[in-house]
Amino acid sequence: MTDTATTPRPSRHGDEPLLSVRDLSVTFRRQGEEPFTAVDGVSFDVRPGQTVGLVGESGCGKSVTSLAIMGLLPPRGNTVEGTASFEGTDLLRLPADEMRDRRGRDIAMIFQDPLSSLNPVVSVGLQVTEVLERHRGMSRKAAQPVARELLDRVGIPDPDRRLKDYPHQLSGGMRQRALIAMALACAPRLLIADEPTTALDVTIQAQILSLLKELVEDTGTALVMITHDLGVVAGLCDEVNVLYGGRIVERGTRHELFANPRHPYTNGLLASIPRLDGARGAPLTPIRGSVADNLPWDHACAFAPRCSQPVDVCTAQTPPLEESGVRALRCHNPVR
Amino acid sequence: MSPANPFTRRKDRIDELAATAASPSGGIAEAGAVDEKPGVSLIASAWSRLKRSPVFLLGAGITLVFVVLALVSPLIAPHDPAAGLLLDQVRPQSNPVPGPQDGFPLGADSRGRDLLSRLLVGSQQTLIVGVFATITGLAGGLSLGILAGAFGGWVDALVMRVVDVMLSIPSLLLAFSIAAVAARPSQVTVIIAVAAVQVPVFARLLRGSMLAQRSSDHVVAARALGVTERAIVFRHMLPNSLAPVIVQSTLVLAVSIIDAAALSFLGLGNPNDRQPEWGQMLGRAQTYIYDYPHLAIYPALCIIVVALGFTLMGESLREALDPKSRR
Repeated sequence: MTDTATTPRPSRHGDEPLLSVRDLSVTFRRQGEEPFTAVDGVSFDVRPGQTVGLVGESGCGKSVTSLAIMGLLPPRGNTVEGTASFEGTDLLRLPADEMRDRRGRDIAMIFQDPLSSLNPVVSVGLQVTEVLERHRGMSRKAAQPVARELLDRVGIPDPDRRLKDYPHQLSGGMRQRALIAMALACAPRLLIADEPTTALDVTIQAQILSLLKELVEDTGTALVMITHDLGVVAGLCDEVNVLYGGRIVERGTRHELFANPRHPYTNGLLASIPRLDGARGAPLTPIRGSVADNLPWDHACAFAPRCSQPVDVCTAQTPPLEESGVRALRCHNPVR
Repeated sequence: MSPANPFTRRKDRIDELAATAASPSGGIAEAGAVDEKPGVSLIASAWSRLKRSPVFLLGAGITLVFVVLALVSPLIAPHDPAAGLLLDQVRPQSNPVPGPQDGFPLGADSRGRDLLSRLLVGSQQTLIVGVFATITGLAGGLSLGILAGAFGGWVDALVMRVVDVMLSIPSLLLAFSIAAVAARPSQVTVIIAVAAVQVPVFARLLRGSMLAQRSSDHVVAARALGVTERAIVFRHMLPNSLAPVIVQSTLVLAVSIIDAAALSFLGLGNPNDRQPEWGQMLGRAQTYIYDYPHLAIYPALCIIVVALGFTLMGESLREALDPKSRR
């Protein structure tokens, strides 16, 4: 790892992490089935005001990580290990009611599908004021102008009318804006966005991303961006964690990661993006195979069967996560 | 557990109805154009589809006529339904039932009371029993369903085992048993007996759709905002689970009317025949069924038409609210 230059973090971020996740593991157990470890010893930090990306394919454990931090995994059938300390409090050990008080106030989350994330039988206004009533102790009447202002701030035109509307009367982009308004209603210090643009049109995606960026910069909210889309990472994140098979395989600042990807998986993700400036008819270079080909991490590198440059040790020994500063890498034979 | 087992079949039917609510409400939601006038709820958009359904209009028409008749029947009935006005014509040997005549278009019953008036006023009893039995059954079923669906775990297991036991007894038999236990049969015992049969149906239905809501995206999203458990149950889960229950209650109205008629027919109903009731009239007509079948046919027709009206209304309501069955 000597050739990995550690660039100092952007100076505007404080040094004490806001959220510090250590050795987070989530194992699902179903009767009559082998236990399945979806997240396997994940550690990362989020500093105040920082935007951190969790990147990976479907099934790599990025959503489960966020649900575990939020305490939103189903109460039965899973084991969560490790710690997630938020301003010094371990969220994973908090009693359910204390965690409920923090959700929406200190930490908020927005989800992938804005339509199904809104209650179809309750007007948008009521869903926004509900959060204000809950966490800021406002009466519904007092919350009304605040809700209007929130919708206005996330760029929903004619907010007075939209407050009375039901979710199905809003367009996809407006729905996601409304959800962002709810998430930011109590000025949380951390926002987790789980693929917030995946269900939206490309043009709307860009709008939502720039809105998120703007709000995060204005309010100083830290953002954990969960995505499979490296374009989103390039536009938004300060620091990126690449997940594979429930483990972090590479970490770096955005610039390092894009300029100098070391893990073959990161490299493959970058290479599989179609380029507008590439030669016409130049073939795309996908990563072969699928997540289903994974080896167990116990005695091998899970990515080995799909790797472009495997060596013998890859199927014999678990690669350790070698860290130096922000940069981290889990690979026996990294890309030079 | 063969599919022919009536117990299993009934449970499956209930679960199928509950699944209606489980299917993402997107189906309904997408139907509403994005730019309607503000504040058009899903109920409103379902209503706009219902208005164009001939089946619904027929069912609603029958129901409306029945309800209006029941309300105004004491005013429009030509005679007092309890007065034996044609009693002097009744000859137990030669002419037990006076036939149609001037002022008595359908004739009289074996006690000389005007048949038309009895049918008209009888609609009142039928409506009262049907509506109150449904409301009582709904209240009981909703309470149990909310309990099971909101708490889950052992509460759910306990409630659902009780419900399963109730469902395993054939519904009419259960109603008969409850009515028969009552020391003095009356309208109230009929209502309780008929309602008790519906409680497990409503409970299972609501519990099924609440469980589906529990893991739905918008409930998880509400949880992510720290919404209290109480608000999650009553604002986010319950209203989204009610569609199949609303549908079921219109169907239950029909079933309650039939069940109540069956109880009266067997003499387990209100013994006071100064208050005419269709099932009771049907029961009394048995003695004369070969010679004077009209005594049975008129009340039977009334029961059939009213039950049909509620059923048509319920089925079209179900179709309007169920995205899967929409064409």
